Amino acid sequence: MELVLSIGIGVMTGSGVWLILRPRTYQVIVGLSLLSYAVNLFIFGVGGLKVNAPPLLGTGADVSTLADPVPQSLVLTAIVIGFATTALFLVVLLASRGLTGTDHVDGKERPK
Amino acid sequence: MTGVFLLLLLALPFVGSLATSFLPRRGQHVLPAWLAVSVAASALLVTAGLYPFVRNGGVVRLTLEWLPELGLNFALRMDGFAWLFSMIITLIGVLVVVYARYYISSEDPIARFFSLLLAFMGAMLGIVLSGNLILLSIFWELTSLFSFLLIGYWHHNANARDGARMALTVTGIGGFCLLAGVLVIGHIVGSYDLDTVLASGDLIRGHNLYLTALVLILIGALTKSAQFPFHFWLPNAMAAPTPVSAYLHSATMVKAGVFLLARLWPALSGTYEWFWLLGFCGIATLLLGAYFAMFQQDLKGLLAYSTISHLGLIATLLSLGSPLAAVAAVFHMLNHATFKCSLFMAAGIIDHETGTRDMRQLSGLFRFLPITATLAMVASAAMAGVPLMNGFISKEMFFAEAVETHADSILDRALPYIATLAGAFAVTYSLRFIHTVFFGPPPANLPKPKPHEPPHWMRFPIEFLVFACLVVGIAPNLSIGPLLHTGVTGMLGDRTPDYSLAVWHGVNTPLIMSIIALAGGIILYIGLQKYLARCDDGPPAFRHLRGQRIFERILVTVSWKWARWMENRFGTRQLQPQLRILTAIGFSAGFLPLYFSDYAPGLPSLKTVDPVFAAFWAIGMFCALGAAYQAKYHRLAALVLLGGAGLVTCLTFVWLSAPDLAITQLLVEIVTTVLILLGLRWLPIRREEIDMAANFAARLRRFRDFALAVACGTGMALVAYSVMTMPVPDAIANYFLEKAYSEGGGRNVVNVILVDFRGFDTLGEITVLGIVALTVFALLRRFRPAADSINKPEQQRIQNAFDDARPNRDIGDTVRDYLLVPSVIMQWLFPVVIVLAVYLFMRGHDMPGGGFSAGITMAIAFLLQYLAGGTRWAEDRIRILPLRWMGAGLLTAFATGFGALILGYPFLTTHSRYLELPFIGKVPAATALIFDLGVFMLVVGATVLILIAIAHQSIRTYRVRKVESPNPAEES
Repeated sequence: MELVLSIGIGVMTGSGVWLILRPRTYQVIVGLSLLSYAVNLFIFGVGGLKVNAPPLLGTGADVSTLADPVPQSLVLTAIVIGFATTALFLVVLLASRGLTGTDHVDGKERPK
Repeated sequence: MTGVFLLLLLALPFVGSLATSFLPRRGQHVLPAWLAVSVAASALLVTAGLYPFVRNGGVVRLTLEWLPELGLNFALRMDGFAWLFSMIITLIGVLVVVYARYYISSEDPIARFFSLLLAFMGAMLGIVLSGNLILLSIFWELTSLFSFLLIGYWHHNANARDGARMALTVTGIGGFCLLAGVLVIGHIVGSYDLDTVLASGDLIRGHNLYLTALVLILIGALTKSAQFPFHFWLPNAMAAPTPVSAYLHSATMVKAGVFLLARLWPALSGTYEWFWLLGFCGIATLLLGAYFAMFQQDLKGLLAYSTISHLGLIATLLSLGSPLAAVAAVFHMLNHATFKCSLFMAAGIIDHETGTRDMRQLSGLFRFLPITATLAMVASAAMAGVPLMNGFISKEMFFAEAVETHADSILDRALPYIATLAGAFAVTYSLRFIHTVFFGPPPANLPKPKPHEPPHWMRFPIEFLVFACLVVGIAPNLSIGPLLHTGVTGMLGDRTPDYSLAVWHGVNTPLIMSIIALAGGIILYIGLQKYLARCDDGPPAFRHLRGQRIFERILVTVSWKWARWMENRFGTRQLQPQLRILTAIGFSAGFLPLYFSDYAPGLPSLKTVDPVFAAFWAIGMFCALGAAYQAKYHRLAALVLLGGAGLVTCLTFVWLSAPDLAITQLLVEIVTTVLILLGLRWLPIRREEIDMAANFAARLRRFRDFALAVACGTGMALVAYSVMTMPVPDAIANYFLEKAYSEGGGRNVVNVILVDFRGFDTLGEITVLGIVALTVFALLRRFRPAADSINKPEQQRIQNAFDDARPNRDIGDTVRDYLLVPSVIMQWLFPVVIVLAVYLFMRGHDMPGGGFSAGITMAIAFLLQYLAGGTRWAEDRIRILPLRWMGAGLLTAFATGFGALILGYPFLTTHSRYLELPFIGKVPAATALIFDLGVFMLVVGATVLILIAIAHQSIRTYRVRKVESPNPAEES
């Protein structure tokens, strides 16, 4: 499980890094989203991977066998903030495209 | 108990400064001066009152805790030496304030002047009284700052601005070096406490880092005391008002450097390095300062170079390393403060009365200013070292020490001759000052033609100081003797030597040196008189070698040329190279530690791989790679693939016991996708053929980025794998798991953490969310789409063309009926989704759910209505006021926090209990639920605001296009 998840995180990171280095704003926004998935999963994974042990009390399970709730609450915050930054970036992207007429990240095309 | 008086002494000037600064800015002449005088006089009285406690080697201390974890305390400490300096600072402070009352014109902002002067006095007292080296360097910086402000007091004058900037730059660099040196000392000794440092002299001198610490501290002290090669700032600082020159640049601030050297003398002195470094600078300054002073045409310039020279003398004495020389140094600090301060004030009066300080214009002023002239003559005699003046005694002590052999070397052997020569120069410039200004023919062409004696109280400070010069010079043992002894005992402790302050020691070498210097100086003046009367400013041969110009050239080079070169070389305004560098640095920051720690992950075993998990991650990776591949030409496909990757992430959360995350991820995924879909329409059409002719450079770039991406991905996978396979340490997780129910009153630990344990973080987070939503709203209010995006989307154009071609259809029918069945279902879903939101919210404290997910669900309910019927249809039927939702949410969350505060608990403390409601049963009713309600409302408001703001853009372009197409259609 750890193996699969870490390869998955690696692939998402690689795709994200490739995309944020591209010249088009839309590529960058997709890249940032992929990177945020990867980072969220990574932070989540720091607490250790446990199956069928959600951090809900009252099920009779020993608390020390439950999944770590701290990375989970951090990631929950991160997901919501990630949504906010995506929205903000999208709007900046649209405004920049409207103002400059191009969707290049520098606001102008690379000189040929 | 007496320690409190130290705090009082230190606080008085600062409080006075603050009070003065609030007085009216202009016109009011008397009040600020009275306030300043009374504050300075009170400080003087407090200092004088402390004399009995420091007299016999006593030390007054006060220690307040500051940063006890770092071993730093706000420690004040006054021994005899500090007391002596405090006396100089406060006494001369009083005199300067009295003088300045008459000097500063009523057109200048007087309150500011006195406020700054008092603040400077406080900073200077801080240096003297600090019992801790870090504290000392803070006050040290403060004196530089106030000196900057005071030099630049007449900031309409360009010279004042330049002089102030130069002084700040030089002393500021010095202060930085001093701080570094202090840190090194702290490292060596293990404490910044002054008592400990002074007691660890042998440890410091024997340490490997001694030279480093010494050089750094010397740079700090030498810049402050305007010693060669950093002396050039002081003459430029003469653009300051004369009281400032008298106070800061002769009596106190420039003394801070030699004060520090004397203070640390027991800990640092006595080595060969100390003698050579400090001695060389001191002797060079002594000689060069005196030489330069002879050729100045500006009165204050002459005095400034003379000050430099005298400070060099003190530094030389300190460098010798013998206790007797240290006594002479302390004595000369006192003497120099008295005569130089009075001379500056006299120069100020001359400037004030005649309107010029140029010695080529001044002459024969004795007949106009007889009293001032007499006072200045006495003070000049003290400066020249004429017998029966205080300057004579300390100069004799200097000569005596110069003859002694301390650290046998060329420098040591040359010292008697250099000292005599510098003494002769001092006689020459003192004589020149008096002879040129007060004697000779009456002046012609003065800017103010009729000079006369100043008001008596303006002269009083000079009278007082000159009187002191005479008393000390004639009866040293009766006047200054006990005070000096107190100071020297404080500085040297049990190494205090026997010394004699007598005026007459019989005919000995120092006396002969004095006589040679006096005679030589007079002969030199007679020889140079004609040349000096008409020569240009500055000494011959050195006239064109100006420290100032070198300094400015260095500044321009460093701060402009190099900066520009660096910018051209390394800077870029393009985002891609910046991100590339950042990514590369990030990769190295992760890679290097792993590489150097010889990290070798164990081979993973394939047995633990769950085939289902692996299968959906195969899909996830395919989606991520596909999104990366398609994002340029097929945005919609990329968005779908991105959603796929998001869903796999969501499934992972489900699989690995994180139901809350899964819910939130799923909902956010929906909203994000809709958001980006709404934005897609405003992006330019891009067809694959446009950019296919990629040249070699572009291919190379892509290959480099690809390599970087692969490296980052691999690295991240490795790190993730190793982190996840590490045994999880006993972290704070168990604390939260155990306390969630007993203290937070909830069973869903993640939710309890969010709304209770880490409630403050969540409060900050929803505030950020609100700010982002408002920013989006504001940015979009002025949104102007690019010209090629204004037309209707292709699909709508085709649909409208279809309507147009058929006589039985109106244009817009197809668009309206498009996806009719799904849109009806979406409309019906409205109440259902709201109930789901309420359900998620209510169960949040105990089961997966909570304010965040409920809020986004609620937002989706609204969103569906927009999707189903279009913006106008939805807004005709429901009025959503997202700003009110947000405001109410934020207020509710804050009110919950303050509620706890009102009831006497810390901010955001929660209270939890269960309520029995009819028909529903037991309901959790923690106050955290109210907080969660705030979160819920804010999330609803923010999400809806963002989505609506983007959705509205289509309607706005509809208004723009109204002229062209009379029958437009809405779109969602």
